[in-house]
Amino acid sequence: MTATAGYGQALDLITRVGGVRGAMLVSAEDGIVVAEQLMEGIKGSAVAALAASLATRLRRAMEAAGVGASLFWHLQAEGGALLVVPTPNGILVVAVAEPDVNVGLVRLELLRAAEVVG
Amino acid sequence: MSTRAVEQWTLEPLVKFVKEAGARLVLVMTSAGQVLAQHGFSRAMDVMSAAALGAAIMASTDEIARQLQQPPFAALNHQGDKHGIFLAGVKTGRGRLIALVAYDLDASSLGLVQLFFEQLAADLQAASPKDSVPKQVLAADFERELSDSLNTLFGR
Repeated sequence: MTATAGYGQALDLITRVGGVRGAMLVSAEDGIVVAEQLMEGIKGSAVAALAASLATRLRRAMEAAGVGASLFWHLQAEGGALLVVPTPNGILVVAVAEPDVNVGLVRLELLRAAEVVG
Repeated sequence: MSTRAVEQWTLEPLVKFVKEAGARLVLVMTSAGQVLAQHGFSRAMDVMSAAALGAAIMASTDEIARQLQQPPFAALNHQGDKHGIFLAGVKTGRGRLIALVAYDLDASSLGLVQLFFEQLAADLQAASPKDSVPKQVLAADFERELSDSLNTLFGR
């Protein structure tokens, strides 16, 4: 299986969950999209750039707090949610979801996808 | 942080871009390498040399694109350990200009620069004078205009 096909399967795991509007693999260092499966209307490049920027700042905050690397983060907004799992090889697995999505299930699938990618 | 502009209409878009993208420095120049405006931290860089080299890189890649019978490349990114340089063409009422963005990898990323560069290009296009006709350069005016431009850029 090629890396690209593997990435597609990793994203499939996430987008199958009800309430997920899209899933992406993002280069944490560059903030650019590696692979994506998004519903129409979501600007992937913007989500990727801002998620990577946030991930960098969060990593520094976690290190400063002495609690180690972040394993999962969830940002809840009025109109939706952003859920992210960083992988050891510098890829962020990102899900954009409805506000009432089953966070536990999405987290599980993000972690599975991270294993495939990482 | 310093700001210099020969063409005042470029300033507001540049200031906004540097703030949003977390860039270190942005230069706007002609395809010949003449700097029209700069905003950001420029002390570590010889702005005139950077502009000339940036314009030369763009000219080289434009020629490669021409030989490949393709339209000019939209943007180029050079990334080092700590810093990156992003070069791209911008269509304006003053013709095609070149933007050179220097950014620190600690504070920004290629994704952020690319994201906000789209807005910068749109802002520059909207702000540029639409009905301007390129002025004929007269020998009598050349030295005075060159001197004015250098004074503006170096803050003399």
